[in-house]
Amino acid sequence: MAMNLNDAEQAMLAGKMGPARHQAIAQQIAVGQFFDAEDFVPVTQAHIMADTESLGETGVTFLESLASLPEDQRRISIPTITDPRGADFQSYQRINHDPAYVELERRADRAFRALGVLMTDTCINYQTVMPPVRGEHLAMGDTGVVIYSNSVFGARTNYEGGPSALAAALTGRTPRYGFHLDENRRGTRIFRIKDQPRDWSEWGALGGLIGRRMGSYFEVPVIEGVTQPPTSDDLKHFGAAMASFGSTALFHMIGVTPEAPDTKSIFDGPPPQAEIIGSNAIEAFFGEYAMADDALDVVVFAAPQLSLFELNRLADLLHGKRVHDAVSVIVATSPENKRGAERMGLDDKITNAGAILLEGVCFYQMHARELGEANGWRRLMTNSAKLANIIGGYGYEPVLADMERCIASAVAGRIV
Amino acid sequence: MARTVIQGHPGIGVRVSGPALVAHDNFSARYDLNRIEGVFSRPTHKLYGESYVGKVLVLNIAKGGVATAWMLREMASRNMAPLALLLNWANPIIAQGAAFGAVPLVDRFEADITGLIQTGEDVDIDPSTGRVTLSR
Repeated sequence: MAMNLNDAEQAMLAGKMGPARHQAIAQQIAVGQFFDAEDFVPVTQAHIMADTESLGETGVTFLESLASLPEDQRRISIPTITDPRGADFQSYQRINHDPAYVELERRADRAFRALGVLMTDTCINYQTVMPPVRGEHLAMGDTGVVIYSNSVFGARTNYEGGPSALAAALTGRTPRYGFHLDENRRGTRIFRIKDQPRDWSEWGALGGLIGRRMGSYFEVPVIEGVTQPPTSDDLKHFGAAMASFGSTALFHMIGVTPEAPDTKSIFDGPPPQAEIIGSNAIEAFFGEYAMADDALDVVVFAAPQLSLFELNRLADLLHGKRVHDAVSVIVATSPENKRGAERMGLDDKITNAGAILLEGVCFYQMHARELGEANGWRRLMTNSAKLANIIGGYGYEPVLADMERCIASAVAGRIV
Repeated sequence: MARTVIQGHPGIGVRVSGPALVAHDNFSARYDLNRIEGVFSRPTHKLYGESYVGKVLVLNIAKGGVATAWMLREMASRNMAPLALLLNWANPIIAQGAAFGAVPLVDRFEADITGLIQTGEDVDIDPSTGRVTLSR
């Protein structure tokens, strides 16, 4: 089905606004037609995932080709920010990150700046940059950001991968399909939780359990039985894991999220039979990441980047302790939170214990396979269900545990 | 020769033909692949260890993160991409990656596509119509 284009969109498609916008809108039309979009919807911000592991030389060269265009042709048209990058320019040597990858990252960074992109380098922009508002149409480029924006704020975005978010940044719009439309935001499944998760790792496990059961991007889980309002960090881990284990972009939590004041109002017609999830399922989920021995190489706190409150808790847990010589502890946060952590003395508590605090990156987005080989990391412990899900494909053996147990293990030099 | 036609939703990309690699499992380029060696690398994936290069990948749904949108083009630039993707359900990331990387993609078939095609079968894919043709 052909999309309806207004005058500005037709001008872009005809190349009257330069090759970058022409290429961008042609690509958006292909995706829009794939999902039967009738037209475009203007968006107020774009968020681009473009670490160089994903880009490769090909992607960086593509960005540089855009950056070489005249300014009026290359500048993005709406506020546009970035997801975590593929290298921490300040600390890459501490983790033996290959300088060739770091140089590739510098080239991508320069190209993005030439386009007018704000290098926020964060996947927690909803906590640190500009939270969206209900009904706001966005082009968000990280699954965790998408699910949080849609669910917790009631904003409207699909998954916009790097090239697509960049296209939205250039055109100022995105095809109107998926979660931009009212009819796709209704609940399709119900999960009733018998036992509320007790910490971030359990919220992540619950998200993973639900995400796994989702049959497509267009399924919308509704969660009942939450007795205490979760925190932003709880929902961050919950949503990020659900999006990672599934392909889920929106959930509703009865009495918590804005589009779900009660069960009846979020379904068209009678609600489906609820699927029950209890603490035994969460325990079994952790059990999937149990190992036969207690060997440990690296402990990672990331995916998503840590909030200031998470850094504060980590600092408290590490204060006065020393990470075992045989183990590395990697912590990833946003540049803004890193500055805050430095100003508030959290950075010292974390790094004095021997942990490495990285900014503007995430562990799995900086050539994790090569980092593992360079540092001898294989057995990885984390409190992030999302990271546990991803990192096995990079040759690691993930162990999922809460933050306290992760720290205790890092200090002991073995899984405790 | 007999032909079996499977109808999907009109897709993205140009018409191609090639051998199928099939599993009732899901797909993410970042989570599941060693893109340097061109094999499935997630130990729990049903195609673990299998080479996907030049194959018509037939899988259930697109899962996981957003990186596939960049990665298909990067893989294609090194001739290390799948020939095409047939999925029961794509998500926006796979569609965006297919459009950006010129990797043919069709989804939303009449029935579970992973049960209709066998590994090794020759498959002809016409994304403009969503039609997939088997030589049987």
